[in-house]
Amino acid sequence: MSRFVRLGETDRPPITLHVDGAPVAALEGDTLMVALLSAGGTLRQSEFGPEQRAGFCLMGACQDCWVWTESGDRLRACSTLAASGQRIVTSQPGASWPNHV
Amino acid sequence: MAEPRIIIVGAGPSGTRAAQACVAAGLRPIVIDEARRDGGQIYRRQPDNFTRPYAKLYGTEAGRAQVLHETFDGLKGAIDYRPETLVWNIAGGHVWTASGTVQKAMPFDALLLCTGATDRLMPVKGWQFAGAYSLGGAQVALKSQAVSIGHKVVLMGSGPLLYLVASQYVEAGADVAAVLDTSPFSARVKALPDLLAMPSVLWNGVALTRALKRAGVAVHLGVTPVEIMGDAESGVSGIRFRTGSGKEETVRCDAVAIGHHLRPETQLADLARCAFTFDAGTRQWLPERDGDGRSSVAGVYLAGDGAKILGARSAEASGRLAALAALADLGLPVDKGEMTSLRGDVANYAKFARGLARAFPWPSAQAAVLPDDAILCRCEGVTAGDLRGVMRETGAQEANRAKAFSRVGMGRCQGRYCGLAAAELIAAESGVPIEQVGRLRGQAPVKPLPIAIGDET
Ligand SMILES: Cc1cc2nc3c(=O)[nH]c(=O)nc-3n(C[C@H](O)[C@@H](O)[C@H](O)COP(=O)(O)OP(=O)(O)OC[C@H]3O[C@@H](n4cnc5c(N)ncnc54)[C@H](O)[C@@H]3O)c2cc1C
Ligand code: FES
Repeated sequence: MSRFVRLGETDRPPITLHVDGAPVAALEGDTLMVALLSAGGTLRQSEFGPEQRAGFCLMGACQDCWVWTESGDRLRACSTLAASGQRIVTSQPGASWPNHV
Repeated sequence: MAEPRIIIVGAGPSGTRAAQACVAAGLRPIVIDEARRDGGQIYRRQPDNFTRPYAKLYGTEAGRAQVLHETFDGLKGAIDYRPETLVWNIAGGHVWTASGTVQKAMPFDALLLCTGATDRLMPVKGWQFAGAYSLGGAQVALKSQAVSIGHKVVLMGSGPLLYLVASQYVEAGADVAAVLDTSPFSARVKALPDLLAMPSVLWNGVALTRALKRAGVAVHLGVTPVEIMGDAESGVSGIRFRTGSGKEETVRCDAVAIGHHLRPETQLADLARCAFTFDAGTRQWLPERDGDGRSSVAGVYLAGDGAKILGARSAEASGRLAALAALADLGLPVDKGEMTSLRGDVANYAKFARGLARAFPWPSAQAAVLPDDAILCRCEGVTAGDLRGVMRETGAQEANRAKAFSRVGMGRCQGRYCGLAAAELIAAESGVPIEQVGRLRGQAPVKPLPIAIGDET
């Protein structure tokens, strides 16, 4: 089930991105966070606890919302716009140590 | 003499007004903001292809929002505007920026820090679950993306944002299951004399609570949060709290937004080596400044909510005032009469802000009773019990020592969301006054940098 609920602005052109290999339908102007959480319940697995995470501050302050491109670039989902054709993964590609700073 | 270089960090209300004053003096300031668009927090702009009108986005503040945006748009040709650019350090007389993977270091003659605020958080057991958000975050979701953070939402904490977000959610058609305010009604009554410093803003607040009542939203005052219920896989499923009369109640929901008013983003002032003092009214360490916004460091000025939480109207006034002070210090002519009148405005806003701090107090005592198994640091899953254990083993009673031993404040958010509560817990546990615990030092980079950063050639 989706976590976020759209309350308006739904007349925007649809886009499709890929998250962990699966297509996700979103709208032009969505942040990655809104695209992912309008399609599913969580963004990523916490690296320090058992729980799934779905962001916290939405203003670029907490860094809870990191996702990655397939080529390994880290993106802050709350402040990065979703775009057609993006290929996103929700765990760090080839992570050998946690990527803090 | 070459034109003095003025750098303004932040394009919210205070940065915009500061830039406007510099341009009027014939200068071309550099305005740096991490965000994609100007406007800052309260007047955050929606993406270009969204169509909601100002009245819908900003309510009673629509007129001010529009004027501020138009002011900034009008300045664009006259300033060196650098959006999507993070200031990550201030060192060696330079401002260090990162934009994408490009890094720059720029010297300055005057630096105006207009960095704004983020939510102040008191951890609640279960706040690590997916579906727990900051109150400000809940508002950003609606304002800049037209989404609700959940299907059934509880808003909890205290402060003006609590009622504002609740009423904005209701108006936008979200399902608000309850508003849980940790502050008691009696605090509001005591704060009234100060709140009357801005009757129209006070009235807006009263109107918001009435609108919630009319909409049939359950509003509880004087609550004590017990637990955000949920599980690791599916996230938040409800909230348990004690009412003002001590009865335990549960509300089912799939999202909770929490926050206790705001805290200033002071890391850059810290890196610029500005002196800080403890503010007993808000129990926060704040950078020192004179009545015009001069910090303790020559050439560094502080304005808006990044210096002290005084609200958006004050941010406009203090931004302009700090810029005029900087211009005067650079030997440029300024209108002294205007500076006097701006000082008066800021003093009045400060009175109102004191009222807000009294009406919606930071529930410091909750840190002391946070259960051992409650997570204190969301970033790295450090519990209240972990921190207490570290204090027992090492005797650490100072914020930075406790941080080094426990890792509280060392995670991704760098203590923005746990730091104040951790200090309260340390103070309560060791029986020392909070000001003796000290404050977490700002560290560079103030936010994580892209991995493959390089110097611009
Ligand atoms: C979600 C939210 C809602 C709010 N709603 C209200 C309200 O309804 N009424 C009210 O009076 N107040 C409100 N506030 C308080 C708020 O602080 C405003 O009063 C106002 O936005 C303050 O203006 P400012 O210019 O000081 O800071 P801001 O408007 O916050 O602007 C600061 C800017 O600085 C930028 N910045 C910060 N650090 C850096 C850096 N290191 N590098 C680059 N850029 C940086 C940010 O991106 C931001 O755009 C709200 C605050 C929040 C967080
Ligand atoms: S949700 Fe906090 S940085 Fe994105």
